[in-house]
Formats: sequence, C-alpha cells, structure tokens
Amino acid sequence: MTTNVSVTVNGERYDVPDVEPRMLLSDFLRDRLGLTGTHVGCEHGVCGACTILVNGDSVRSCLMLAVQSNGKEIVTVEGLGSPEHLNELQAQFREHHGLQCGFCTPGMLMTGEDLLRKYPLATDEDIREGLSGNLCRCTGYQNIVAAIRSAAAKRSEKAS
Amino acid sequence: MKPAKFDYVSPSTVEAAVEALVASNGEGKVLAGGQSLLPLLNFRMARPTILVDLNGIEGLSYIEDRGDRIAIGALTRHRELEHSPLIASKLPVMSAAMRHVAHLAIRNRGTIGGSLSHADPAAELPMLATFYDAKILVQGPSGRRTIGPEEFFVDALTNCLEPEEIVVEVEFPVLKQSGWAFEEVAHRFGDFALASIAVSVLHGPSGLEAAHVAVMGVADTPRRLKEAEQALVAMELDDRTPDRFSEVVVSQVSPNGDLHASADYRRHLLGQLAKRALQTALATKG
Repeated sequence: MTTNVSVTVNGERYDVPDVEPRMLLSDFLRDRLGLTGTHVGCEHGVCGACTILVNGDSVRSCLMLAVQSNGKEIVTVEGLGSPEHLNELQAQFREHHGLQCGFCTPGMLMTGEDLLRKYPLATDEDIREGLSGNLCRCTGYQNIVAAIRSAAAKRSEKAS
Repeated sequence: MKPAKFDYVSPSTVEAAVEALVASNGEGKVLAGGQSLLPLLNFRMARPTILVDLNGIEGLSYIEDRGDRIAIGALTRHRELEHSPLIASKLPVMSAAMRHVAHLAIRNRGTIGGSLSHADPAAELPMLATFYDAKILVQGPSGRRTIGPEEFFVDALTNCLEPEEIVVEVEFPVLKQSGWAFEEVAHRFGDFALASIAVSVLHGPSGLEAAHVAVMGVADTPRRLKEAEQALVAMELDDRTPDRFSEVVVSQVSPNGDLHASADYRRHLLGQLAKRALQTALATKG
C-alpha cells in the first residue's frame, strides 16, 4: 500500500507518488525531496534536530508520517534564508557564534522561529525553557540563548 | 529506527474509525498526535497492522464552557490548552501544568485524548484528569460510555479501553477553590516528572471546607490522595500546617526507585513539593 503525497515545502508544491505509510516525514524531506537541511538525530522525539514548521507550528518531523503532511504547508531550514541573505535569526546565530558543529542548528533555528512568534521571551529563563526540547552537544547553549535573546530584542524594536 | 510496515487509513468520522479498528481484529492502533505512538513505532515496540489516523475527523478539537464543567475534545492539542484564556480562568491548575507538558514541538502536536490513552504515570494530563476527577467519554462499536479516571488508568501505560474504543471527549468539573498550586520536578524542564503534586483548597468561615490533592511520578498511575485531602481539611491552619500536610502526603505513597531517581529521593522530593504547594495554595485567601 502506497499513496501520493501533495505538500508545499518552502513555498514550492511537490506531488510525490508511491509513498509508504510508514515513511517518516523527516526521511521524506531528506530522501524523496532532497532537502537535507533537516537533520535526523534520535528518531524518537528527544533531540529536536529534525524540527520543522508544519502550518506554522514547530513539530518533530521524525514523529509525523509523510502521509500526514498531505495538503500541509511546511517550512524547513532551507526556507528561512540563503547563505547570501540570512534571515534575522540566522544572522544572530552567526553574530553570537550560536553553533559549532552545526548538527542541532536546523532544529534550533526552527524552534527559535516558533518561540519568537508565540512567546514574549522576556527572560533567558523563558528562552531556555523554550529550547529544552532541543539538544546541543557543543555550545553549552549559552550562545544559542544569546542569539535568540538578540533576535527577540530586534523583534520588539521593530514592533515599537 | 524505522517503523515496521503498516496500512494507514484516515477516516472522517469517529464511527468509521471504530469500524476500522473492529476490522483490524485488535491489531490496529489509533493515531492522534503521535507523540508517544511514533517513538514506539520507530523502535518497533509497537507493530500494528493498521494505523487509524484521527486527524481527519472534524469536530474533535474544542474547548467548551458548560458552566460548572469544561469539555475538551479528544483531538485538542496541548498548545491550545496551554494558551486558552478559558482554561486559565476556569481550570487554573491545568493551565499552570500545561507548560510542563513536554516541549514546544510536542505540545504543538500532542492531544489530550492521546495522552490519556497512553496513560504515562508521570504525564501531566492523566494526573490532571485524576486531580479534577474528569469524565472520560469514549466511543466503541456499541456506542458511547463515560469512564472515571480511577477506572480508566489501570497500570503504567495501560488504560481500561477495549481495542475498538476511542476517547472522544474529556469533561472537567470547575472546582470551587480559593487557592491552588501545581509543583513538579523533572531532570530537564519538560521531561517526565520525577514527582509532582497538585493542590487546591477552599477556605470556609473557620479553616478549610474542601481540598483536592493529586500526585504523579510516585506510583504506576497518577493518584488522588483522598486521605490527605480529609486530613488537610481537619487540620488547624498555622505555620506548621504545610509540614504536617507534607508528612501525610509522603505517608500515602510508596514509590519505586528506577534509573532516574531512587524511591527515597522521590519520597523526599514529593514531601518538599507538597509543603511548597500547600504554602502557595494557602497564601491566596479568597
């Protein structure tokens, strides 16, 4: 039993035939669409590396089936910016050295985007709580928190 | 770390979902938010022949004000409960507990029906259902029935449902309370609780008139501590009350030790949380 999956990813429409129900959305993005920016770490919803946005909400793409993405709008890290034109959060990650090996970074960015939209992030404590579902083994989180703090500050500057 | 093969259906009504489960002869699994089921599939600890996805069913996601009760549709996501002004005003203990439910991306997908059905003994929603004495409405081949939490939660990760039954709604009574608190400790914020307690109190003209107390992480199911509630209502209110309450709570539980915490540590932790929770609950006099 296979099905077609029609999904919009980073503004582009994809119609993909022969998708097995058991194919995880993370594998679908990487192996069928060639979008390898979404990283696969633990594959059981603990590390957060595969976090993407589905209809505007951050989700673990290893905890969703590809068939469940039918008709949905997805944004992956490839949809945020480009090497020439980083988006605001990406620019802050570069500015604050918010990454070392970069494996967790796509998940950190996608979680950060969702946090910035849903929460006031008034304190570092709020940012740390918000990031608690994303593991980083290099940075000790300090610079990731600084990058998001700075992006939140820029956001409120714009709003005022 | 990839699921074994299964078939997949996405019915548009609860009736059709129940029919699909009946046709699977007990080999089917209901997929709601998938935040507990997908890990089990990925590990191949669960190998259903068919997944019945509820996400295509309209009208299972709602938070409804019924006066002295709040009804929540089974497919309502944790995020919606976390941010609901109605929940914040009518079920404040739930509102406070929701930010402890896993992490942002999990709360965006996870559902109340799924969390109750998964029946993790250290998960907030099963504990909240126990604390509030919620009514769990389920639908099966022979219609609908309502189940209370003490019957529903049988053991760790075990509920009382028949394989063809699906949770469709959970109804929470609005408690009469003048003060309340929710306390939890987990290794990492959002992880499953090592120990947690919810307390609400209702002040009367002399002392307390009523109390609700529930705990989790210290038994195979969440537990309402009715003895501790009665003891609390009978207590004189003074500086020593939180300490005495803490002793009563600890005497009511016998947790197991595991990889994450020893039995002694869990008991100690619960005692401290009980004391802190009652201090907070008593501080607001209404």
